[in-house]
Amino acid sequence: MAYQMHFGPVLDRAPEFVDGTINTILLSGQGIVIGLAIGLAVAIIRVEGPRWLDRIAVAYIEIIRNTPLLVQVFLFFFGLPYIGLRLSADTSAIIAISFNLGAYSAEIFRAGFLAIPKSQIEAGLALGLTRLQTIRYVVIVPALKVVFPALTGQLTLTLLGSSVVCAISASELTLAASKVESLTFRSLETFLVAGAIYVTLTFVFRFTYWLISLWLFHRKDPARFQIAGALPHGQERVEA
Amino acid sequence: MPAVQLNNIKKCYGALCVLDGINLSVEPRDVVAVIGQSGSGKSTMLRCINGLEQIQGGSIDIVGHRIEPGTHSLRSLRKEVGMVFQSYNLFPHLNVAENIMLAPRVVKNVPKPEAWETAQMVLKQVGLADKVGAYPDELSGGQQQRVAIARSLAMKPKVMLFDEVTSALDPQLTGEVLKTIAELAAAGMTMILVTHEMGFARQVANRTVFMYKGQIWEEGRSEDLFSAPKTPELRSFIAPNLK
Repeated sequence: MAYQMHFGPVLDRAPEFVDGTINTILLSGQGIVIGLAIGLAVAIIRVEGPRWLDRIAVAYIEIIRNTPLLVQVFLFFFGLPYIGLRLSADTSAIIAISFNLGAYSAEIFRAGFLAIPKSQIEAGLALGLTRLQTIRYVVIVPALKVVFPALTGQLTLTLLGSSVVCAISASELTLAASKVESLTFRSLETFLVAGAIYVTLTFVFRFTYWLISLWLFHRKDPARFQIAGALPHGQERVEA
Repeated sequence: MPAVQLNNIKKCYGALCVLDGINLSVEPRDVVAVIGQSGSGKSTMLRCINGLEQIQGGSIDIVGHRIEPGTHSLRSLRKEVGMVFQSYNLFPHLNVAENIMLAPRVVKNVPKPEAWETAQMVLKQVGLADKVGAYPDELSGGQQQRVAIARSLAMKPKVMLFDEVTSALDPQLTGEVLKTIAELAAAGMTMILVTHEMGFARQVANRTVFMYKGQIWEEGRSEDLFSAPKTPELRSFIAPNLK
């Protein structure tokens, strides 16, 4: 007996899906921004910080990367109230996702830093820059360029992984889909729709990363820098 | 008062001393060439002078700053001492103007219009005024090295250190970089150059230092040193160059 698909009842619940989608964007968007900030800070600590701080950073990375995201989410939501810290499901979800991404992205950023030749850093220092200024102005952009594909891959994992927080009823797309499913009993159709939305979301996010990469790694038009009397663009470029 | 004075500096890795009690005094407007075999400690000495390497003994006095073993605050010194490297080390994500303006802007808080003026001036000085907007990978090795010199000049250094700056270049490109350095010498810049270009050392440097096994083996006026080497080590070192 062939199954007849009926999307009608599911699509009638479009507002729930829209809400869920918006919440997933907000949740992973905030998680990504905070997580990347944590990751960058931890990576800088790992390459430049004092030994004791580096030890703490390593411990943080190892703990996060060797435990499931779901357990981390449960810890923040169910565990913290026992030490007097009661967080809403949504807040716990953002914090857990941020800390999770922080650990993974820290190692990616660190790989980028290590890929930059020491001579570049020495050139910065020799010009009188501090170590932090050297990282800020000399190292970060080329380092990001090296690891950009790895980083965006990780961010996609974070976006998709955000679905596990439905386990603590944090508002997001998978939770919305579950509700629709329990109301319509159209499991197949419901999760096909949810899946399609996730695919669309990853494309939108990846497009955003691509725009960011254009902004980060773009080259200024040399014409803007030409001074009177210089040869026209193209002619002025001598052997590469 | 000398611009640079090395007092018995030592730099050792375990039992191996790559710099074994170096004494050297460089007067303002001096151009000192440092020659010697690979591994004789030339580059290491240069790197100690602006603190890229730590010394283990002795002290260095340089334009009013003192470096001793364990000295860490080297930024004020580096503002006044330029360094140019063998591998150019231009920043690949910045164009020529940005490469040159970075340190004045960040380290000295020079306003942008002023930094821009300076960038154009130093680029003209090295003969690359038309390359302000180019990126490092669009330039030849010789051009990159001249931009690196300009970048260093933009900080208005009192002393410049050159670490085998032509070793990665073919003879023609070497020529254009050496010409730039000779012009700086003529303009009265105090310079220490580690080099394998014997002819250039003889011509442009008023003094030459020959290093051998971590020590200054022989030094003197370039003319005297090359025409009448005293030690057998220096004689055999420069022999292949005296065709």
